[in-house]
Amino acid sequence: MRIRVIGAGVAGLTAALELAERGARVEVIDRGPHLGAAACSWCAGGMLAPWCERESSEPVVAELGRRAIDWWLRRCPGTTRKGTLVIARPRDAGDLTHFARRTERFDWVDGDRIADLEPDLAGRFHKGLFFADEAHLDPRSALTALAARLVDFGVSLRFGAEAPTGDSDVDRIIDCRGFAAQGDLPDLRGVKGEMLLVRTHEISLQRPVRLLHPRIALYIVPREKGLFMIGATMIESSDRSRVTVRSAVELLNGAYSVHPAFGEAEIVEFGADVRPAFPDNLPAIRDCGRTIYFNGLYRHGFLLAPAFATRVADAVFHLERLWR
Amino acid sequence: MLLYNVELASPLMLGTAQYPSPAIVAAAVQASGAEVVTVSLRREASGNLAGQAFWSIIRDLGTRVLPNTAGCRTVKEAVTTAHMAREVFGTPWIKLEVIGEEDTLQPDVFGLVEAARVLTEEGFQVFPYTTEDLVVAERLLAAGCRVLMPWGAPIGSGRGLNNVFGLKMLRAHFPDVPLVVDAGIGLPSHAAAAMELGVDAVLLNTAVAKAGDPVGMAKAFALAVEAGLLAQRAIPMEPREMARPSTPVFGRALLA
Repeated sequence: MRIRVIGAGVAGLTAALELAERGARVEVIDRGPHLGAAACSWCAGGMLAPWCERESSEPVVAELGRRAIDWWLRRCPGTTRKGTLVIARPRDAGDLTHFARRTERFDWVDGDRIADLEPDLAGRFHKGLFFADEAHLDPRSALTALAARLVDFGVSLRFGAEAPTGDSDVDRIIDCRGFAAQGDLPDLRGVKGEMLLVRTHEISLQRPVRLLHPRIALYIVPREKGLFMIGATMIESSDRSRVTVRSAVELLNGAYSVHPAFGEAEIVEFGADVRPAFPDNLPAIRDCGRTIYFNGLYRHGFLLAPAFATRVADAVFHLERLWR
Repeated sequence: MLLYNVELASPLMLGTAQYPSPAIVAAAVQASGAEVVTVSLRREASGNLAGQAFWSIIRDLGTRVLPNTAGCRTVKEAVTTAHMAREVFGTPWIKLEVIGEEDTLQPDVFGLVEAARVLTEEGFQVFPYTTEDLVVAERLLAAGCRVLMPWGAPIGSGRGLNNVFGLKMLRAHFPDVPLVVDAGIGLPSHAAAAMELGVDAVLLNTAVAKAGDPVGMAKAFALAVEAGLLAQRAIPMEPREMARPSTPVFGRALLA
């Protein structure tokens, strides 16, 4: 079976890999000039945090998301399972209680335990929640690793390419264009996210740290070589072109309040993009004849793509059998 | 309740920010029975109306939309945002917020009065987010506002009615001006208490949006405002002062 996947973000690459692993002949095309250039997953945090995400999402996100951790551990070497630490300033302790009531599989931690887990935060925070089973990855390395794995399976990846208009050369098209597919999917909307990358060797973190705060939702994800990803705003807007001063100030202030060493960090990158989302903020697979749309991963790209990619492959192979 | 000549049956108004999803906004609005929802534009617009997708979901709720100027710090920003709101939602209604302090999001009442004057002159029907200050309320009315929206407590704090005496004073001084308690409501009991002391409506957002079950909480608030309104109309009993003995105490002389 010949399959063309359009879009080389986390949706397209996970779907392509699931299909290739089951023996389909797959090609991936992407309009961006190179991997990540046109994919909002490039700006993602890479937290595999199904239990934390319960705070603001449906139970199905945790149910499907928990499987993602093993999926990524098996396929991407940089995936790290060291948990998530959720902290708040003393005056926002109520937010921790609320978070705890909305989530599961965590331990309450005190100042000593926080210092054990993250020595650089010793003395700075005295109460938090530790989600020991969660994991994180660097989305850019993960997408690169997926692309390499696809090449090993004989999948061709073409960048800087538009989808051909005549599609009779393939059996199925898997449309994973994210927000760019809005013309075909009228209920798809963009939710803007802004993030930044900083570099400092004055502080090290072992795991993603989330700061609860009444005005800003902030997380800091450690990456290789002193890099930290700081994210992310959530704005009902489809503007992917720029980072606003207010967002930058919020993110920088938030990071600085977690640790003043971030004040001397080098700003490596500011990024903005839009998350594709359906009205229920859950992903969907829509079967429209030859084309299957896989979209709407919202803020759960790396968390939910594996489960939905499996479903895409199920749909393709099920239909294949029906045709024969 | 009559707000700028619009008759509304429900005394509950709901904000649309911070929900888990637009689908849950829609379900919560329906459960709340709210006939008015507020929506913010300042940050979403990004100068090129990039928030259209969300706004069209809000327009499709079938309720009246009260756009707000949340996030505006100056008169000029608020006025510009109001212009955009009128264009996007085709309504002269504007919930006017001019924020004076970053942490508490307390209104800058000086900028508020000025922006209310400018917008009223331009034909807007202004719903000013203000404190319970009587003198500011006078100035807002003089600037052309026909509704007042005093806070219960700082935005998003969920502390309830911080100054019951102040709200009662507003009610007593402006018996004919619709009063909407806006901000600070955390629990249905806070909303019921506000209605019991005679305000006309309650506007809230975080208490529903951030609840574990926003739809369930929206229903709880619908019942609470109804209870408060019924209680207020039914003329509640006055609490009795029993800490001070009255004289003579009937029957006591016989026993002494």
